[in-house]
Amino acid sequence: MPLIVFLWTDVALFLMLAGVLLYAWHVRRTPTLHATWARVARDAPAMCSAVILSVFIVVGLLDSLHYRSLLPPASDAPAGAPPAYAPAVRSVLDGLLQATVLTRPEKTYSAPLASHQFTKETMLVDGKPVRDFPRLRAGGAHLDDPATQTVPDILWRLGAGLAGGAAVALAAGALLLAALARRRSGWRAAAADVLGARTVLPWRAMLLTFVLLALVAGAAAGLASGYHVLGTDRTGNDVLWQSLKSIRTALVIGSLTTAAMLPPAIVFGIASGYFKGWVDDVIQYVYTTLTSIPGVLLVAACALMMQVYIDSHADIFDTSAARADLRLFLLCMILGLTGWAGLCRLLRAETLKLRELEYVQAARAFGVSHWRIMGRHLLPNVMHIVLITVVLEFSGLVLYEAVLSYLGIGVDPSMNSFGSMIDRARLEMSRDPMIWWNLLASFAFMLALVLAANLFADAVRDAFDPRARRYRPAVQPAAGAAR
Amino acid sequence: MIAYVIRRLLYGALILVGVNLFTFVLFFAVNTPDDMARLAIGGQRISQDAIEKWKADRGYDKPLFLNTERQGTARYTDTVFYQRSVPLLSMEFGASDAGRDIGREIRSRMGPSLALAIPTFVLGLLASVAFSAMLVYFRATRLDFWGVVTCVVMLSISSLFYIIAGQWLFSRMLRLVPYSGFAGGLDMVKFLALPVLVAIVARLGPEARFYRTLFLEEIGKDYVRTARAKGLAERVVLLRHVLRNAMLPILTGTVSAIPLLFMGSLISESFFGIPGLGSYTIDAINAQDFSIVRAMVFLGSALYIVGLILADISYTLADPRVRFE
Repeated sequence: MPLIVFLWTDVALFLMLAGVLLYAWHVRRTPTLHATWARVARDAPAMCSAVILSVFIVVGLLDSLHYRSLLPPASDAPAGAPPAYAPAVRSVLDGLLQATVLTRPEKTYSAPLASHQFTKETMLVDGKPVRDFPRLRAGGAHLDDPATQTVPDILWRLGAGLAGGAAVALAAGALLLAALARRRSGWRAAAADVLGARTVLPWRAMLLTFVLLALVAGAAAGLASGYHVLGTDRTGNDVLWQSLKSIRTALVIGSLTTAAMLPPAIVFGIASGYFKGWVDDVIQYVYTTLTSIPGVLLVAACALMMQVYIDSHADIFDTSAARADLRLFLLCMILGLTGWAGLCRLLRAETLKLRELEYVQAARAFGVSHWRIMGRHLLPNVMHIVLITVVLEFSGLVLYEAVLSYLGIGVDPSMNSFGSMIDRARLEMSRDPMIWWNLLASFAFMLALVLAANLFADAVRDAFDPRARRYRPAVQPAAGAAR
Repeated sequence: MIAYVIRRLLYGALILVGVNLFTFVLFFAVNTPDDMARLAIGGQRISQDAIEKWKADRGYDKPLFLNTERQGTARYTDTVFYQRSVPLLSMEFGASDAGRDIGREIRSRMGPSLALAIPTFVLGLLASVAFSAMLVYFRATRLDFWGVVTCVVMLSISSLFYIIAGQWLFSRMLRLVPYSGFAGGLDMVKFLALPVLVAIVARLGPEARFYRTLFLEEIGKDYVRTARAKGLAERVVLLRHVLRNAMLPILTGTVSAIPLLFMGSLISESFFGIPGLGSYTIDAINAQDFSIVRAMVFLGSALYIVGLILADISYTLADPRVRFE
């Protein structure tokens, strides 16, 4: 039985997942919220993005279940010795991909799908030193003669992978039809509806997105059974592998930071708008002071301090993963505590407007306590602003992490992240011959994640922002016609 | 108006005091000067003597807030807090932890920073406004739709990619401009062309999309309908009426950013090797030089406050409906 490890960010991620599920349950029970979310659900780009995002989230969550595997007992160990655990922390994702080439590192750079190393080395052939490209340890290691066998083998694995992806996609389509058929007269009618895009939810677009994703994932998985699909980096680690691991870092930064930002922003924003007077003055002073410090510099200062603290308390971490994880956790806290001013200002302005409305006046006249008014009457009516800010912030934070990691104040160097991948890749572009796969991988993964998050956030904002709804009649029919 | 500006300046001074106190607490309360000395000297085993000497050289050997060994006002002035904070308020930055004069460095590095920041700022604003005005002119067409799609895709790409791709395309493949570096005089143009272009392209996506919504918000208003009703051409309506009104929020937003141009751009300066204030800050962060980081934090917030006041003033100048209270 392996030792299950709870890292700080794992706990935070799963708590947030629980929070999201709780919110979903709340939405189901509240008719107004249900209606507003239904508007998001009818938006085709948003739902396609949701499909992509949920795949990313599943990968990220699989990568957040950590454990230390049990080592076989030493030969001379006494019978009742306590079990020994491996010093390295692994995640369920690591465990799932253990059999593939992904987790087997090479010596240094190798091109995508290569079976030879990218750089020459001196080897002994028949007792004579020869300078040539050595074979890779894992990539294409099953081939006897790479020169002739590579192309057919790649095609075969690609075909098998694509077939697997298509099978998964077909299964998903069949499940969807089975679910829809219960509501319609039969699966034939349901299929006609889906293919003709006559369903309420954009099932056809979502299914197409899923089919594409399944095909891409299947092709990658098929090739990854024998090759490094996206090559390896300078230290020989598989690039596809690093990209998959980076997803978790990006998700943690994007979600945990907003979670850290919400409590001060909500409490201070509503309190300052509701109480006015000196409370408002003090809170305004605090957030003006915070915003007047240039963001990157403030984060840099905090990160430097955190680094000094971690360096001088090295003994409190039992594994290097725990240290890297605490650094990520603290980075999220820092970003959250330096970034709450914007939301606080929005909430203050909205509360100032709401507190003059009749229902708040009535609550006050009934003698309802301040905290109850703020909690029961004001908070639910500013939640749409909070929600919009949370979804809009996410993609910005993922991009911000790349910048911070480049500046050296981001995540721990031992932790995979898109920022550190870009940071390492920037000098590789000027090499000759060029090493492009590192940059391309981080670019593609980041673009997919951020673009999906942006499209989803736009739909949420359109549905929840009353201002967006107001000027929509002047604009939207035109834009709709263009589509 | 003068009374208003003075009041805002006083409030700004109060905020600077707050910034100062905050950064001081951040830098000295979380970690003791001993920790910083250990980090700066490096190595595994450091003698206490070396730490004491490092602290004494930089004036960190005094008590933080209250010097109980002194009498009178010296109880408060002969402390790390007083010695390190009060000179900042008069823009005396003192020496960095490495022993160089920060004020002199800032003065000499301001030029390259501005040489990069001002063209980026002006051309970037022009490009974004022109692009969004074009989208609005062709609103409800395919061009508008795909323009917005382009904007969303562009703002989903990290700014680092634009820099790397720009360097790869223009310096490596086309060999038009040097990879990085800086020179004075006319050669400057050669070195700055690529950073400016990259920065404009990186800004175009988010800004054009934001400006487009501002334009569209204006275009639904009554005065635009009046202008159309009296028979003005769409071009005139857009350029003379909508643009001028939509420029109000755009201008005030950008005016507040002008003073921060002095700080330079952290990323592109360090990528393109331009010896400005941005790369100075990055070097300080990497070398963990706390004095420089504190000085830059202070300078940045002072400039930000100036920017806010400028924005307020420009708002009244540009829009007669707004009055100071």
